[in-house]
Amino acid sequence: MNFGEILLMMFTAILVENFIFSRFYGICPFLGVSSQPDTALGMGLAVTFVITISSAVTWAVYEFLLLPFELDFLKTIAFILVIAALVQFIEMFLRKFIPSLYASLGIYLPLITTNCAVLSSALLNVQNGYGFIESVCFGLAASLGFTLAIVVFAGVRARLRDAKPPKSFEGFPLTLIAAGLLAMAFAGFSGVRF
Amino acid sequence: MNWTPILISAAIFAGMGIVLGALLAVASRVFAVKVDERVPKIQEALPGANCGGCGYSGCAALAEAIVKGEADPGACTVGGAPVAKAIGTIMGVEAKAVRRMRAQVMCCGTTGVANKKYDYVGAADCIAAERLGGGGKSCPNGCLGLGSCAAVCPVGAISIVDGVAFVDKNTCVGCGKCESVCPKHVIRMIPYDTVYYVGCTSVETGKATRESCGVGCISCRICEKNCPTGAITVNNFVASIRYDQCTACGLCEQKCPRHIIKKSC
Repeated sequence: MNFGEILLMMFTAILVENFIFSRFYGICPFLGVSSQPDTALGMGLAVTFVITISSAVTWAVYEFLLLPFELDFLKTIAFILVIAALVQFIEMFLRKFIPSLYASLGIYLPLITTNCAVLSSALLNVQNGYGFIESVCFGLAASLGFTLAIVVFAGVRARLRDAKPPKSFEGFPLTLIAAGLLAMAFAGFSGVRF
Repeated sequence: MNWTPILISAAIFAGMGIVLGALLAVASRVFAVKVDERVPKIQEALPGANCGGCGYSGCAALAEAIVKGEADPGACTVGGAPVAKAIGTIMGVEAKAVRRMRAQVMCCGTTGVANKKYDYVGAADCIAAERLGGGGKSCPNGCLGLGSCAAVCPVGAISIVDGVAFVDKNTCVGCGKCESVCPKHVIRMIPYDTVYYVGCTSVETGKATRESCGVGCISCRICEKNCPTGAITVNNFVASIRYDQCTACGLCEQKCPRHIIKKSC
């Protein structure tokens, strides 16, 4: 891939094939941690951080450990193992050396250990046959797309709180409908052609 | 059957597990952050509900503040005396428990009982309603019943019943968030074991209260005259009970012509 193709791939990952709105990955944190815009941003940044690093590490594990021994059918389990250990490691590292970042990511860091968005970005890298640089760029872009989606949705939910919907729509039903409408809006990006 | 791939995959995964485990073990040593050993002990002694009643973000934050000396060992409002004692032992000081408090809505002006000034149809938020001419109820002190208190309650103890907020005594942890958010100051923090309370805060004259509400305190002083211990006084056109003098005899509840002195439920 040349530079232009990588940019195009990143643009696609952020908007056209947004993790949440078009692939439906990471819906749990998307609905769970989107009630306040600032906590949503914290969650988004934590996910960005972990996905970007795990993309690099899982690429190395796949390329140097699983492929030589023809074990690529076990990649899902291997990636879960590696990502869980990696998140633990990052948490300890941050706590020691960047306490401010540790404090701001807080509870979200361990929460995303088993997030499917993290695992799926690693699996998609393998599926699409990305090299090291492409993998890292794809991971970064996909998680930025996740951050964008969760922050935008937190803004929508802030407005929903002041709304007076019919009783049967109150709370979660209205949240799901709003998420669906936002997903339809993002579907508009699928018409983008270059 | 060919056993080689099974053995290879088992070996590789065992190897990965061992390497990652060793890495984490080493990391936990190398990156170990010195934590005062009293912090986890105190955290264990605390209830662990992370309610925020003490003013810190959670039990872990309070434990740290206690060790640093910023907070009192008895600062946990939920745990009360036993927790304060346990923490005092850990810290090596004598700790006095903060008196356990709970929130009580001092208003009985339910829908239909309290008269309306106008029909409020705006955002479901008491603070917004209060800015619009003091809200929809005629009584300037009445509960608006739009649930701003319920929204800030960290434990979900508050519900709106018949247009007036109701605090579930068993769920309330006494954090005082509802008291500070209520624009009508109709939610008050009272000692947890309070039996009788005055369900009105209207400081208007008896005549004005009568006009705006079917149940408000009209400062007739019947409760004050009947109280055997002198715990009730009527000041500023509303009765108030000094909870530490109340013997819970219940005379005031029986005598009150407006039935606003109530037994906590």
